[in-house]
Formats: sequence, C-alpha cells, structure tokens
Amino acid sequence: MTARSVSITFAGSGGAGVMTAGNMLLDAAGRAGWYAYMTRSSGAQIRGGEAAAMMRLSTSPVQSHDDRFDVLVAIDWQNVGRFSAEIPMTSDGLVLGDPDGGEFPEQIGAKGARRADIPFKKMAKEIEGGRPNMIALGAVAGLVGLPEDAVLGVVRDSLAKKGEAARTASEASVRAGMAFAAGLPACPRLAAAEGQSERLWSITGNEAAGLGAVRGGIRFVAAYPITPGTEVLEWLAPNLAKLGGVLVQAEDELASINQIIGASYAGVPSLTATSGPGLALMTESLGLAVASETPITVVNVMRGGPSTGIPVKSEQSDLNIALYGLHGDAPHLVVAPNSLADCAFSTQWAVHLADSLQTAAIVLSDQSLGQSRATIAPPADPGFRAIRLMPEGEAAERYRRYTNTASGVSPMAVPGMKGYQYTADGLEHNEYGTPSSAAADHSAQLDKRLRKLAVHDYGQHWADIEGDGDIAVLTWGSTTGPVREALERFRASGGRARLVSIRLISPVRPEQLAAALEGVARVLVVEQSHGAQFHRYLRAHYDLPGSVRAFHRPGPLPIRPNEIFRQLADWS
Amino acid sequence: MEATSTCPSYSARDYKSEVKPVWCPGCGDYSVLGSITKALAELSIPPESVALVSGIGCSSRLPAYTNVFGFHGVHGRALPIATGIKVSRPELTVIASGGDGDGFSIGGNHFMHACRRNVDMTYIVMDNEVYGMTKGQASPTTAPDWEKSKLTPQGTGINPFHPLVIALAAGANFIARGFSGDQNGTAQLITEAIRHPGFSFVQLLSPCVTFRPEQRDWKDMVHPAAVDPTDDPARAARRLMTDDGFNVGVLYRGSRKPFQPERQASVDSVADLEKEFVL
Repeated sequence: MTARSVSITFAGSGGAGVMTAGNMLLDAAGRAGWYAYMTRSSGAQIRGGEAAAMMRLSTSPVQSHDDRFDVLVAIDWQNVGRFSAEIPMTSDGLVLGDPDGGEFPEQIGAKGARRADIPFKKMAKEIEGGRPNMIALGAVAGLVGLPEDAVLGVVRDSLAKKGEAARTASEASVRAGMAFAAGLPACPRLAAAEGQSERLWSITGNEAAGLGAVRGGIRFVAAYPITPGTEVLEWLAPNLAKLGGVLVQAEDELASINQIIGASYAGVPSLTATSGPGLALMTESLGLAVASETPITVVNVMRGGPSTGIPVKSEQSDLNIALYGLHGDAPHLVVAPNSLADCAFSTQWAVHLADSLQTAAIVLSDQSLGQSRATIAPPADPGFRAIRLMPEGEAAERYRRYTNTASGVSPMAVPGMKGYQYTADGLEHNEYGTPSSAAADHSAQLDKRLRKLAVHDYGQHWADIEGDGDIAVLTWGSTTGPVREALERFRASGGRARLVSIRLISPVRPEQLAAALEGVARVLVVEQSHGAQFHRYLRAHYDLPGSVRAFHRPGPLPIRPNEIFRQLADWS
Repeated sequence: MEATSTCPSYSARDYKSEVKPVWCPGCGDYSVLGSITKALAELSIPPESVALVSGIGCSSRLPAYTNVFGFHGVHGRALPIATGIKVSRPELTVIASGGDGDGFSIGGNHFMHACRRNVDMTYIVMDNEVYGMTKGQASPTTAPDWEKSKLTPQGTGINPFHPLVIALAAGANFIARGFSGDQNGTAQLITEAIRHPGFSFVQLLSPCVTFRPEQRDWKDMVHPAAVDPTDDPARAARRLMTDDGFNVGVLYRGSRKPFQPERQASVDSVADLEKEFVL
C-alpha cells in the first residue's frame, strides 16, 4: 500500500533524542526528493522534559499536518500520554514502543491503533555505542520506504564532528532499525518521489522570516528573547553580522522597539521580533513610529494568550491587538504570512512596505509557522527592498519633513544631510515637525498618514486567491494550510469552492475582496481564535456576500483539514 | 568627539531653532539649552552630525529648540532611541536629554542598562525633583517630606533615588553634576562629557520656578567639587554617597571601552547565507 502522504510522531522522554531523529528523517526525506514537515511539542520543563517530533512526509509540498498519524513510535513511554490529544490516530494506525519503555499510557491505548514492540534498549545494547533514537529512525525509514542511502548520508553528515565511533554506532543503529522494520506490521509506504529540478531547503518559519528580513535590506535588529519569536532573532544574530549589520540585545521590549526606531530614524532599515506579551509592551512606541513616520518592522510570532497564556502553542489571537492596539487613530501595516515558506516573502514585503510608506509594519506569524521545519523548494527572492523617499539636492528653505504630498509620503532626511535637520516628533506637528495642537494641523497630518497607506498600490500580494465556485473559504495565516488541503479534498469529491487567504490585513482592501468574492453565495470563515477575531474584523470592514459561517477554535490543538472539509461538505 | 581642523567654526546660535520654548519664564532649562549649544559650538560639530533625543516632560521639549537632528519620542525611552542611532551610525554625535521623571522613573531600566552598555553618547538630565508638565508631582529625586503635591499630600515617604550613585554602580564611564545657573561651567561639563568615550552622564540641577520656587536658592547652595575627578570607582562611590547633592563638577572618569559592534561584512550577498538551508 502506498500513499502520497505519511504522518509519523517520534516521542520520548528528555534526552531520548526524538528531535534529532525527527530532524534527520526530515533531511533524509528532503534529500531523497520528498517534501517533509515537522512540528515539535515538549513539556514545560526547561530541559530534559518529554518531547514529540510530529512529522509528515509527502510527494507534494506540505506545510501543515494531516488529520491523523499513521505511526507513533515511542522510544520510551514516560509522560508521552500528555501529547495524546495532539496525536490523533485511527485503528489503521500503528503504535510502536519498547516493552521495557515504562508503562504504556492509557490515552494512547484508547486510540485503538495496532501495536507492535521494538526492544530499543535491548537492541541498542547489542551495538557498541548503539542509540535507541537512531534505531527508531531506521525503523521508521524502513516502514515508510525511505532509501537507506539518504538516511545514512544524513547521519554521516550530522555526526561528522562527533568522531568515527559515534558515526559508526549510529549507522549500525539505523541499519538495525531498518532490518527490524521488515518484520513489523505494514503501514503506508510513501509513493515514489516526484522529480525535483533543484535541491530542496530545510528551513523553519522563523528562519524564513529572518531571511526575508535581510533580503528586504534589514541591517539593524534589536532583540529581547521571548517564546516562540526568539529563533527569528537567533537566526539573525550571526547572519546580520555576516552582512555587516548589527543586532543588539535590549533590556526589554520597550527598549528593543525604541532602538529600532532610533536606528531607522538614522537611516538603517530596522526590525525586531517578539510574541504577544512583547507586542503588548511595544504598542505605545508603535504609535510613535506611526506619528513620527519612522519605518520599522515588528515580526510577532503569535502564541496562546492572553497574558503568559500558552507560550509554546499556536493561536491566531493577536489579530485584535495588532490591528487595534495602538491608541489614537494610527494607521499602520499588518501583514500575515500564510505558510512556513511565506514567512520569508511576507516579512520581506512588510519591510519594503514599511520603508516605502514610512510607517510601522507588524508581521503576524505564529508558533505553528515559526517553529515548524519543512523541506521546501527554494523560495526565489521577489526583489522587494527597503527603499525610502529621500530629499534630493541642497536644502533651499527650511525643511518640511512632513510636507503634505499627494501620495502622503514625504521625503525623509537622515542625520548627516546638511540643511535637512528636523525634529521627529510623537507630538502632533505641522509640516516642519514643530509641535502643534492646532485642529488644522492635526486633521492634515491624520489625513496624510491614512492616505499614504490607502492610495499605495499593493498589487496582487494582498491575498492568495485560488479556485472558483459559489462557496468561498476566507482565512488568514497558518490556518490557510489546512484550508487548502480541505479544498483539495472538497474538489476531489466533486465540489467547487474558492480560497481567499488575506495577507494584507491592514490596510483593508474592500474593493479587491468584493471582486474576489464575486458570485459567491456562501462564505466560510476559518480561524484559530476563541473570540472569532478575524470574523469580526471581516464584518467590520467588508461586505460579505450571501450567508456566512465562522469556524473558529482557540489553540493549542491545530485545526485539521477534515474538520474544514466537513464544514463544507455538510453545508448544503 | 574631537573637532577636526577642516571643520568650519560655529557659534552657539547656529545650533538654535526659531521655535519658541514652552518653558515658564525663569525655568533653568533655558540656560541648559544655551549650555548645550555652546558646547556644540566649542566642539565645532556640524549641526547635521548631531542627534539629540528626548522623551517626555518639560525638559524633553528641548530638541525642537535646536537646529540639530532631533527626536522627541515617548515618555522614558530617549536612551533606547539614542542607542539605536549611535550603534547604527557611530559617526554621529549622540546626546539624550530629559528630566528626572523621564529618566529615573519610567525610563529607569533604560538608564541602568545604558550605563552598563556604555555606548558612546552623552545623557543630560535636567533634574528639578518634580514632574512639571503634569503640574507638580513628586519625582524619584523628590525629598520624602515634600508635601506640595496633590498626589502625595503627606509626602512620598520614600527616600529619593541617587542618580549618580546608580550611574556609577551600573557602569557609566563619565559622571558629572552641574547647575543650570552656571551656563558656561555647564557648557564646559557637557563639552567634556561629549569628548569622553563611552556613556557620559551629566546631572544638571535645573530649578523649576513654578512648582519648586524654593529651588531658586540652589544658586547659593551649589559649590565646586573640592577634589579632582577620580578614575577609581570605589573612591567615586564613597564621594558620591557622602556628598550633599550640590557638589558640582566632573566626579568620575572611567576608561571602559565603549560598546560598538563591528560592522564588517564577511559575505558578498544574502544569497551566500542561503547555502545553510540547502539539503
């Protein structure tokens, strides 16, 4: 039995090496021409807690999970039961575990999946320096039909620095696992890989966001660590240095956003990354960037909220604060990547827009995009750069920094430009930047700051629109992945439906959405928030045609394709 | 930053704008504005090469009254903005300025970490022991028994913050105190602070004649520091802990290396970074 997609979970206690096994399986699949996607789940312990690597291997690009897992392999059973809700399985599934791996969790047993034993510990003892996780890797590779060469190649490269003995032991472990797999109950094997013209990348969404930032021209980053946004900053730290840029670790998020405002004012495209609580702290200064017209980009990797919430799990519940968290009338950009690979494009585009429009851009990524790893076709550089309108020539008269142009964008000088000195101000000001509480100045500057966002040509990137038919699914961000998959199934079953995934959340594009929904009689809104934040945003800013249903649920459990498929199939 | 011989000479007036200050008549901040512009003229720094950053409060209005590149940000965040400017454009002369509430209360964490980070800039705090813009509340440097605020009619009952001691403990590289009434002396302190590498902190006693009229007496209370500045933090700490708060002059001069990350590219393009992703 072959399948176009196979899903596997590696689980075990801390130190069992399940993430290593998962990463190696992902890389091996990528090298052999398959696409792979992996999310990670771990206990609350800082170090040494139980962990699970949830994988999906596929013949076509994949950046979200399936409805169920085909294989669960537990190197041991310690606390693995607590991941049960995240590992849906049916009676077709296969659960593999070590009879010496501790007590088998009731919750896993309740799934009714088939069970088989692999004596990891015993097998590892028979190999000098043998490793149970490498045996598990070999067993899974054997079960799903990954070629031995690809797996051993990854093992060799990964352990290059660990020495001959470690490498030999791991290779022997993988081979033992593969040999053992031949005697295990059958599970779906991956259909043959479809030819790839170029070598795939292995990348996380947070790394992709960092890449998009430097492609866009970001050369200053201020950083304050927070889960799950930190890896954006950690990827940028060494890579920005290689480009001659600078990353400064700030004392808090208030400092990090103000440092980037300072650096950008000084002429260097600047960015920070954070997550919900950090974004909340930054909102006052986001308003400063808007009022002083200083371009900045903030990548916010959403997690469960409010307050500390669920830091390691995904949710789309920072939409409201990103849109409405600023005091006063403060138009700004909100851009949302809708896939792991799109974290690169959307961040780069946001950087470009922020500098072009001299305002603040918030990139709304989330934990499930940011901390997932996938093999993807190398994303081409779309060419968007941070380019600012600057004054030219010698300053003839007193410089009007905030001159009221037709486009709303005023030439922005940077320190060092003789004759163009001005004071950037969060106080309302006149065209020169001089503080003013006059009604006419306030109204003129408010109009200007709104107009520059409203009249800009955002092109086709404001949304991804796919398919046709009189049913439309409206979604954004990471839920786009399962929606796409649900729509494929819906079409395969004879239905017709279109996808509209909105990338440019702010400013709103009512005319474009109306055109995208032309002829639609039913709209299904899909999002991962308890308060239906996206649905309410749509209701506030757009006219939705026909009847509208909202399918929304909070994190931490991901919304799966079949749940959306059922919404469509049952709505008739 | 040393002036070079090729720089044209400037007068203090070249650094002033035509914007009329919102300050009350008699406010010490007028004189501080004069001292800053005199110091810049003394150093002959072109106005376009200076970034002057402030937060919120009476004294934070200062940048708009100058003819340098200014940034009037939000309350308490002048130092992070100044840090971003200096780290990304090290050739600029960067000055942050503001009041005691802005710098020591809402911006207290940044003050501590700016001292510690030791970026080459100068921080001027016009200290009048009161929030003036919000009409007279106690600040971190207000005495515990000051009862004139509606917000704390019995006084704050808590000891004032000692900015110079905190600055020293946190790692500031240059510490001075001045009095706004002595415009030339203060200009000299600011000149030295700008010249000194690393984070230079200058506390300027700048009377609020409106909410703290008794501060008019400061002119009779200030006195020059009896001894030369030390480079020994332990000795500086003893002096700062025991002085009367009116000791004026350079009080500490450290020699810590300023924070300035290297900006040397080692790859030709972003495409070179992408190799790490290729399987």
